[in-house]
Amino acid sequence: MKGYIEINKELCKECHLCIYACPKGCITPAKEYNSRGYHPVCTAEKKECSGCALCAVMCPEVAIEVYRE
Amino acid sequence: MAKKVFSRPKCLKEAIFHYCPGCGHSIAHRLVAEVIDELGIRGTAIGIPPAGCAVLAYNYLDVDMIEAQHGRGPAMASGIKRMLPDGIVFSYQGDGDLAAIGIAESFHSANRGENITIIFINNAVYGMTGGQMAPTTILEQKTTTTPGGRNKTSEGYPVKVCELLSSLDGTTYIERCAVNSPAGVNKTKKAIKKAFQCQIDGLGFSLVEILSPCPTNWKMTPIDSCKWIDTTMSKVFPLGVFKDNTTAVKKSREAAS
Repeated sequence: MKGYIEINKELCKECHLCIYACPKGCITPAKEYNSRGYHPVCTAEKKECSGCALCAVMCPEVAIEVYRE
Repeated sequence: MAKKVFSRPKCLKEAIFHYCPGCGHSIAHRLVAEVIDELGIRGTAIGIPPAGCAVLAYNYLDVDMIEAQHGRGPAMASGIKRMLPDGIVFSYQGDGDLAAIGIAESFHSANRGENITIIFINNAVYGMTGGQMAPTTILEQKTTTTPGGRNKTSEGYPVKVCELLSSLDGTTYIERCAVNSPAGVNKTKKAIKKAFQCQIDGLGFSLVEILSPCPTNWKMTPIDSCKWIDTTMSKVFPLGVFKDNTTAVKKSREAAS
């Protein structure tokens, strides 16, 4: 099963609960800033997302949308 | 063609939450919004936010909301439910609101068996005012007013609301969950849905207690605070269903009719 996520970087508050929840390590911290001064998370390019939605279930800010093929 | 499997619930507004990073309130707000969407009760739901961190819940939930005085949510919910029996009335309260100043209102509305739903967020401290000791603070936990840890001889024991209210004959459905892991969040959603369904079926008082991380006032990272709920807090506040009389009440109603 393949999938992908879309992260709304303006909503992210850098709590990293999505990184804690992701079983495949698909999400990593980023160095860039968003407009409120947080470092939003981003998807790791080499890892394959299965679209399990555990990161989105855990995200307090509802910043993640999940798509599954 | 990719299919969207998770997105923002319809009755959650587009506003950015004012909560700290990793706060459990935002997860609980989303779960309430998802349940309201799934049950199709957006037009009839009436929410009552507390005084506390979630005081601005009406900025996020796109349903009718009315602010109650500090701790008086269950009393107000009882009144609204009696005047508008078709409305789905829920009160969203924190531990300072429900277990401290509002314990009389919550206790007696539970004892009267009012047909309302209470979402009770337990984070073991007073969040909004800066992390003072709450009635639910566990023994030996350090807060700004108990810098040496909560001492049972001077500050007493943590109040266990689910155990307390489940001993009352008036209550129908009481469950305690936690939002510290994806599995816990899914269980919490089921519990909230069941509590709302209990009210829709007219079965009586339902309460869902949610153990929620407060990384700022626990002075931990969000991930550490999720682990702390597992290792320490859920030992004092065990998770599970404390009372579920929904089928018994349903059967006795059917037999009577």
